[in-house]
Amino acid sequence: MTIKVIVKGKVQGIALVAKNPMNFLGAVDKKTGKVRDEKHDLFGKSLAEKILVFPYGVGSSVGAYTIYSLKSNKCAPQAMICLKADLTTASGCALANIPLVIASKDEYDSIKDGTKIILDAENGKIL
Amino acid sequence: MDLTKDEEAALKGEQGETLALAYRILVAVGEATDADHLLPVEWAHLSGINYNTIGDAGEEFLAKLSKDAKFKIKTTVNPMGFDFDTVARYDLDDEFITKQKSIKNSYEKMGAIPSFSCIPYEIFDLPKSGTHVSFAESNAAIYANSISKLKTNKEGAFSALASALTGQSPFSDLRKDETRDPNLTIRMKADKKDELAFGLLGYYAGKVAGSSVAISGVSELDRRSCKSLCAGMGTSGVCGMFTLGDAKGETIDFDKKEMQNTHDELNTADSGDIITLGSPQLGLDEILDLAGMLKGRSFKKRCMVFCPRAIQEQARKFGYAKEIERAGGELLYDCCICLTPLIDKKNVDGVITNSVKGAYYLRTSNGVDVNLKSLSQIVEEETK
Repeated sequence: MTIKVIVKGKVQGIALVAKNPMNFLGAVDKKTGKVRDEKHDLFGKSLAEKILVFPYGVGSSVGAYTIYSLKSNKCAPQAMICLKADLTTASGCALANIPLVIASKDEYDSIKDGTKIILDAENGKIL
Repeated sequence: MDLTKDEEAALKGEQGETLALAYRILVAVGEATDADHLLPVEWAHLSGINYNTIGDAGEEFLAKLSKDAKFKIKTTVNPMGFDFDTVARYDLDDEFITKQKSIKNSYEKMGAIPSFSCIPYEIFDLPKSGTHVSFAESNAAIYANSISKLKTNKEGAFSALASALTGQSPFSDLRKDETRDPNLTIRMKADKKDELAFGLLGYYAGKVAGSSVAISGVSELDRRSCKSLCAGMGTSGVCGMFTLGDAKGETIDFDKKEMQNTHDELNTADSGDIITLGSPQLGLDEILDLAGMLKGRSFKKRCMVFCPRAIQEQARKFGYAKEIERAGGELLYDCCICLTPLIDKKNVDGVITNSVKGAYYLRTSNGVDVNLKSLSQIVEEETK
């Protein structure tokens, strides 16, 4: 299987693909969902309602609360797709009930920024 | 992941909502890291204490959770946004103070030790070598694995919280001996070997390393440099452990040029309005050193010095606190540089610090410019 499901769910939305890893605590404004780190390749963009595609989470463990806050403030991504698992993203998505999958390199690389995708994190499929 | 009958029942909610939530988090983290079972841990260290970092959503979540949740193992906590003894001196709005108090109360109600420190490894007795713990604070997780001979993953705030509630953690990643062996070596080639150099090395290493990394070209590492290395590494990456000496596999050089590039990424100003020291918070030896360096000198600017409450009390008894205060320093405890509301872009343009971790979060979260330089350079240039 090329998709590993960490948090289940089925959503469709526009893929927002980041090249850089995400330090949620530092880089994301929890009240607006906007990326505020000017050195991040998603600087200025909003994560709200997107299917966020990024390599993996880095940095502060409190990023898990940032993910939970995004959900409470209604500006969270609909789902997240990562290349590698990290505990901050996994535990944040688990508590916030944001579907999260780990994709294989081929699957991950095939997702193009700005395209509409359906993530079936019940059966482990990206369409 | 294989769960025992009891764990399965708790996950289904048969032991209440709190444990169901905790097991849901542990199972997600276990799946993400390919764990096949849970194992007992003896100590949880939690992050997510500062109202500035967790916001209203976090405050409300903890208030609700603490209605019936109790921590099952020794649980210590990270710094808050300020300390309650001196908060009246700062112009903080009442809402912040009320919300911070609520967060503090929630953790204490669940049974947390009110340590409010990011250096638990320096203020508590350590369990015996090889003991599994669950540390969320990134510098503390790296220090625990690399120096304190404990075993922890670089936990997320909620995975450590779930460990505190259940006394368990998934058996994966750095809990397994084979993952603790690094397969990448970073060779320290730069001549500068002060705490700033090691913080920059850590920040660089975090970007390129996996779970564990070897650092070579370093014969010894004093505690100040070691803490700086751990904090830098924890900020930029997923890496949760380092060893000293060469490892098998690839070697990458960290030379003068790479150090300059890393410095350029984090340093955004040539000077600043205030000086901050203590991310990670300073230990007693560092306070003693600082008091010594300040003999006969005074800060030209406001200088905030962050340490744990436990250390502050010792520093006061030994007279070091008085020496730092004589030189114009302010000792703050229960809080740290990172995301403290006491440093606000409304009244501060630039901050001078020797902390790589502080520099990253001051720029991204507090929104202020940072002049990053070593402690000896700060004392030389910013005191008279």
